[in-house]
Amino acid sequence: MALAIEISSWVLLMAGSALLIIGGIGLIRFPDFYSRVQAAGLTDTLCSIFILTGLMLQADSVPLAAKILFTLLFLLFTGPTASHALAKTAHNDGLRPWKRDDGGAPSNQ
Amino acid sequence: MTRYTVSLTLVLVVLWLLLSGMWTHPILLPLGAASVVLTVWLSHRLGIVDRESDPVHLVLPSIKYWPWLMGQILRANVQVAARILSNPRDLTPRLARVRSTQQSDLGRSIFANSITLTPGTVTIRVSAGEIFYYAMSDDLVADLDAGEMDRRVTRLEKEL
Repeated sequence: MALAIEISSWVLLMAGSALLIIGGIGLIRFPDFYSRVQAAGLTDTLCSIFILTGLMLQADSVPLAAKILFTLLFLLFTGPTASHALAKTAHNDGLRPWKRDDGGAPSNQ
Repeated sequence: MTRYTVSLTLVLVVLWLLLSGMWTHPILLPLGAASVVLTVWLSHRLGIVDRESDPVHLVLPSIKYWPWLMGQILRANVQVAARILSNPRDLTPRLARVRSTQQSDLGRSIFANSITLTPGTVTIRVSAGEIFYYAMSDDLVADLDAGEMDRRVTRLEKEL
C-alpha cells in the first residue's frame, strides 16, 4: 500500500513537472499574446493539479494534506480570474489574435 | 437564518481544526472555539450570515459537475501540450461567441470560468445570454458550439 502510494505520488509529480516544462516551452514558442496565455493555462490547471495531488500523497498528516488541498482549490479559482483579466485587458486595448498569413513574422506584443 | 448559522459554525470549526492541526491542545483548542464563536457572533451582527456568504448548497451539485470538468481540463491540456510539442504555429485563433442559457450571475460565472479553466479557450466578456471568448483553434469553437458545457452548467444551476 505504502509502495503504491509512493509510486502514484511520483508518477503525478513527474507528469506535473513535464507539463510545467511543456507550458514553459509553449510560452516561448507560441506566436502571440493570447496563445501564450493558453500555455500558461497548462501550468495553471493540470500541472498544479498533478503536482499538488502528488504532494498530498506525500503528506504524513491530514491537516497537511488539507492545506495542500486548499492551496489547489484557491489556485483553481484564482488562475482563470488572472487569465481572464489579462485577455480582457488585451482585447479592450485593441490587440487582435495572430493570423497565420500575417507575413510570418511573430508578433512581439 | 439558523440553518446558515449552524453551517457557518461547522465550516469554521472544521477549517480551524484542519489548519491548526491542534486537536488535543488544552489551551489552543478552547481559544479556537472562542474565536469561532466570536466570528459567528460578529457575522450575525453584520447581517452577513446568509445563502450567499455561506454557499453550502453548492457543494453537492458541484461534486457531480467537477469530475466532468476535470475530464475536459485533462483533454484540453493534452491537446494544447501536443500542439506545443508538434507545431506551435499551427493555430487557427479567433474570437467567438457562444450562447449561454444560464439565468443567474452565479451560473454564468461558473460557465465563464469553466471556459477559461480549459486551456485553449479564455473568456473575454460575459453578457446575459452570450459569452465572448478567444479560442486558439476552430475545433475548440465547434466543441463549445455543440453546447454540452452550457447544458451541464445550466443543469447544475437548476439544482442550486
